[in-house]
Amino acid sequence: MYLYDKYDQAMVDARVEEFRDQARRRLEGKLTEDQFKPLRLMNGLYLQLHAYMLRVAIPYGTLNGAQMHALADIADKYDRGYGHFTTRQNIQYNWIKLEEAADLLSDLAKVEMHAIQTSGNCIRNISSDHFAGAAADELVDPRPYAELLRQWSSFHPEFSYLPRKFKIAVIASDKDRAAMRLHDIGIRIVQNEAGEPGAAFYVGGGMGRTPMIAPCIREFVPLDQLVTYSEACLRVYNRYGRRDNKYKARIKILVHELGAEEYTRQVEEEFAHLQQQGIEPPLAELERLKTYFADPPFDDGPKTVDRSDPDFALWVDRNTIRHKHDAHVSAVISLKPIGGIPGDASADQMHLMAELAKQYSFDELRVMHTQNIVLPHVRIADLPALWARLDEAGLGAPNLDTIEDIIACPGLDYCSLANARSIPVAQKISERFSANGKTAALGELKLKISGCINACGHHHAGHIGILGVDKKGVENYQLLLGGSEAEDVALGKITGPGFSEDGIVDAVETAADVYLRERSDGERFLDTYRRIGIDPFKEALYG
Amino acid sequence: MKLLTGNDLKTGAVTWWTGHDWSIHIEDAINAGDRADEIARREEAARRVNAPYAVDAEQRDGKPRPLHIKERIRALGPTVRPDLTLKPADPDHREWVI
Repeated sequence: MYLYDKYDQAMVDARVEEFRDQARRRLEGKLTEDQFKPLRLMNGLYLQLHAYMLRVAIPYGTLNGAQMHALADIADKYDRGYGHFTTRQNIQYNWIKLEEAADLLSDLAKVEMHAIQTSGNCIRNISSDHFAGAAADELVDPRPYAELLRQWSSFHPEFSYLPRKFKIAVIASDKDRAAMRLHDIGIRIVQNEAGEPGAAFYVGGGMGRTPMIAPCIREFVPLDQLVTYSEACLRVYNRYGRRDNKYKARIKILVHELGAEEYTRQVEEEFAHLQQQGIEPPLAELERLKTYFADPPFDDGPKTVDRSDPDFALWVDRNTIRHKHDAHVSAVISLKPIGGIPGDASADQMHLMAELAKQYSFDELRVMHTQNIVLPHVRIADLPALWARLDEAGLGAPNLDTIEDIIACPGLDYCSLANARSIPVAQKISERFSANGKTAALGELKLKISGCINACGHHHAGHIGILGVDKKGVENYQLLLGGSEAEDVALGKITGPGFSEDGIVDAVETAADVYLRERSDGERFLDTYRRIGIDPFKEALYG
Repeated sequence: MKLLTGNDLKTGAVTWWTGHDWSIHIEDAINAGDRADEIARREEAARRVNAPYAVDAEQRDGKPRPLHIKERIRALGPTVRPDLTLKPADPDHREWVI
């Protein structure tokens, strides 16, 4: 876990009081909405469809039990008893009152949390692999590097007014569990041929209305130049990124228009210049940060568990992940019950997850960008007891990476930008596939739904993606196939004309049936799609 | 007809212009007609509403109803959480919106 020092705490506390004064002045009429809006957005406070919405940063998705308890208390005290975990590993509250927002931020600060830089054209919360520090396949724990970048990017004076928002992801394994190449900057910690650790930089990825996969602009940056190289990437963007058109303002457009080669040349030139300035923190600082993320005291124990209960065995098979310590696993708590709202958790559920983290996972939790929660370090011997508690609370759905494990943005039920509702479509699809019994046969099938072109639901990167659009005042849903945000990253293709709310559910089942009919042994949906192409799917969908 | 809507400054709640005040119930809304912009400016300056704007609507069953689904969802609440809408006990709430 990251730890605040006295400077961190003082900065966050001061920011709360600053916002308290800003909110007071707004309520007294001394600030107009036009004047107040940028100030509230800097503190994560949006005005959404029904009320103010607050987005709370969860650095690289890592939090402890006390913090999860605090998030639950906030849901009860300031909201309507629930929160929504997002595709940026954050949490959002939908029913916040402006007159109480400063008190809420004060409560957050007491557990070393805040909502700073969760909005606005600045560097947002750094995201990472939700199995960081636990995954058997990682080179190192990526979180100290994410934390270094978090500290560098927090209140960075030069990058507080970028052309557009800026998102960074850091991973440290061949498997990409953070959609790294669909970020403004994706960083993968690697080793060079000499065995030295460094960072590969991918710049200019993103989803939204113009999805792009980030090209690699440098395969190896020594770790003692990580911040300097990041600074160079941002400087070139800040200097030349378009500010005249918000739809062309993201770094992906700059990299695309300049060409990766020319952008890289400019970054290297800036990098050479910056190296003379000595802005890089000493490696000792990185070593200090690593101590925050030291392994908990794993103990030896059973490496197998009684699987005689078939429901438990299914959950173990689907929702637990191999751990670097072989007496442990990472356990995924699904926030996708059949017919439920993806990513929503009640205050009671949050309290329970916090208690279970304390009891079974060294007091640690992670938020996945797929809107589930991870207990990263669970003893295999504790799995039956853990599953029993989860199942009892409705949190034991065994559906990780299945068609029932749907990413869905809040959509038109909550979001003022949305054109169509996402959540009801997710609910109907999970109900459909639960009822027809095809989920198990389909295996890994990642379905992602966005309610508008901004793509918060990552529809471009779904094996099956759904995009909600407004067609003359009526919700309409486009179907995309073949996307992936993993190491086999790809952007989905639209199949053809869109469908109605019920029609899109039928269309998803039709596409799933094509896969079941055409697949070869061992092929996932995505593999079959890549082998046979889109035409058999279009034929089945449109005749 | 034109309805005037915005959000309550303190709570963020969706509100509708009633002719003399703001109500969270769309049934109380009146046709602001050509005066919508003028009323919006005056009420925002008086801090009685936040970010007001006019929406197209029609009378249905004698009650005002926005033409666009986004405004109907604003008027009622999230369709996926009927317990949190203004008509939690109304089994037909979804039909009102969709």
